[in-house]
Amino acid sequence: MYVAVKGGERAIENAHKLLAEARRGDPEVPELSLPQIEQQLSLAVDRVMTEGSLHDRELAALALKQARGDMIEAIFLVRAYRTTLPRFGASEPLDTDNMAIRRRVSATYKDLPGGQILGPTFDYTHRLLDFALAEDGVHPEARVADDPLPQSMPRVTGLLDAEGLIESSEVDDSRPVADVTREAESFPADRDARLQALARGDEGFLLAMGYSTQRGFGNTHPFAGEIRMGEVAVEFIPEELGFAIEIGEITVTECEMLNQFKGSDTHAPKFTRGYGLAFGQCERKAMSMALVDRALRARELGEASGAPAQDEEFVLYHSDNVQATGFSEHLKLPHYVDFQSELSILRNLRRDHDTKAARKEAAE
Amino acid sequence: MNAESLEGEDRPGHTGYNYAYLDEQTKRMLRRALLKAVAIPGYQVPFASREMPMPYGWGTGGVQVTASIIGPSDVLKVIDQGADDTTNAVSIRKFFANTAQVTTTTSSERATIIQTRHRVPETALSDGQILVYQVPIPEPLRWLEARESETRKMHALREYGVMHVSLYEDIAHHGRIAKSYDYPVLVEDAYIMRPSPIPKFDNPKLDNCPALQLFGAGRERRVYALPPYTRVVSLDFEDHPFDVETWEESCAICGAQDSFLDEVVTDDKGGRMHVCSDTEYCNKRLAAQGRQEATA
Repeated sequence: MYVAVKGGERAIENAHKLLAEARRGDPEVPELSLPQIEQQLSLAVDRVMTEGSLHDRELAALALKQARGDMIEAIFLVRAYRTTLPRFGASEPLDTDNMAIRRRVSATYKDLPGGQILGPTFDYTHRLLDFALAEDGVHPEARVADDPLPQSMPRVTGLLDAEGLIESSEVDDSRPVADVTREAESFPADRDARLQALARGDEGFLLAMGYSTQRGFGNTHPFAGEIRMGEVAVEFIPEELGFAIEIGEITVTECEMLNQFKGSDTHAPKFTRGYGLAFGQCERKAMSMALVDRALRARELGEASGAPAQDEEFVLYHSDNVQATGFSEHLKLPHYVDFQSELSILRNLRRDHDTKAARKEAAE
Repeated sequence: MNAESLEGEDRPGHTGYNYAYLDEQTKRMLRRALLKAVAIPGYQVPFASREMPMPYGWGTGGVQVTASIIGPSDVLKVIDQGADDTTNAVSIRKFFANTAQVTTTTSSERATIIQTRHRVPETALSDGQILVYQVPIPEPLRWLEARESETRKMHALREYGVMHVSLYEDIAHHGRIAKSYDYPVLVEDAYIMRPSPIPKFDNPKLDNCPALQLFGAGRERRVYALPPYTRVVSLDFEDHPFDVETWEESCAICGAQDSFLDEVVTDDKGGRMHVCSDTEYCNKRLAAQGRQEATA
């Protein structure tokens, strides 16, 4: 009996075997292949890459398969792999001005140079289950446009900048960019560290935080200035060459929020920015990130009101789902000893309480 | 489970990963942080914690500390709740048997490194041994002040009044300090430190301990340390001196009266038995009794 309480090695091994069997499911049903996951569950792959902070579609697909579709577990698998990889350096900043655009929308102008490009979006679909999809053999095809999109499209923020209506985006090249996976966080956090933490933060958490600002907990008066999704080149300067070479192309989603700012004693009224960037097509994530990024600038802009989304320590310490799930779920690990100590204290406190009550009764 | 069955677990050695999982640069970073921690006993040193192949909350801090100090000649013991055979202890021991090819043991005396969660072994430690604690929340002031930026200032200024007030409030409300585990200590009259969630029963073992004690908090990215023979005092008041848990019962297996006892529920009619939480201590006493009986 006593041994059963303590668990054991064989129990773990058997649990792992059972897990492997459960993951596979009914062997009569064909096994999922990684290309299937990569192609047909591509938004799940995008999210795993984004929050796993590792751009590798195949590994993300493998993680999803191994995790039985559990997002956070898959993200965790990718993170634990990523952490063992050597670090060569930081790439050059992505040039999203020259993105090969597949989607680009602005909520602030009806039309703008380059146009509104809807791309592959759920936005205007009716959320009716498509029973035709339950059958195999559906091969939808989209027609290719006659004219290709322009090579580069001006940004909404650029248009406003030309008029001086928006804060200029500050570029500080004087020091190396932070790496939140290689340094312990410190507060107040610099914006580079903050954006990194948000980029790998949990989509659901950031969504709720961003949403809370829209409901009055630290309103930032946001407009979706521009959302663009497409392919960008990644450039890297190897030390031995000394100039930038292109090492590949990745898909990213970028969101620039425009937010009202009424000005202060030292600053004229103007629009401010919130920024979001994610691997693949993670639009909800990029938008939430941009909302929260802007909310976290409250202190800098002198508008802090104590709302949760404005609280840097609260947001950044709790946005990482791998950390959060680990610590919340660790409660199922044994706590016999601490519980025993609590039992002992509780019994003492109850005894004190009873004695006191008895004494009081005797005195009355 | 006896000591022999855990010795020499199959350890084929994981290919594709560095010795003891972490890359050497990471280990060096960790050792630097640990050296700083040893130089300033009780001070929480930030370090760049890595994702480990086990979840946060499962001992990633302790595992990283162990990974950074372990070598092939080390003998490793891992306990959770005092026991060598709890699932997480088994899992971590296996991890190092696989990735670091070390000999594992259940013997507190033979081990050069002991990684622990929630207990300090009953067997007294000796010179040259290292005790590695898994720490969930390293900050002793956390429940009094949620902000790290504030608590770091409070430590810098030794502004510990709130802690004493909180302990005093316990006495005012309950007639005693109602903290039973993770009971705060003062290290060398300088920093207040969290001993990790060990029962306060174990607190006296931290004081003047001949072994090096290292504390790793992975999720919170902090390490701290107690070098050998450091003075560690559990916080108390003159009129409410620190005391530890005691039991009227003794261990139902080995009869020990001096060890921390786990209460085991034996039936649904209020049946209880008490057994040593430290399984090695219990087994060792049992073996000694067997030998006595054999010679008698």
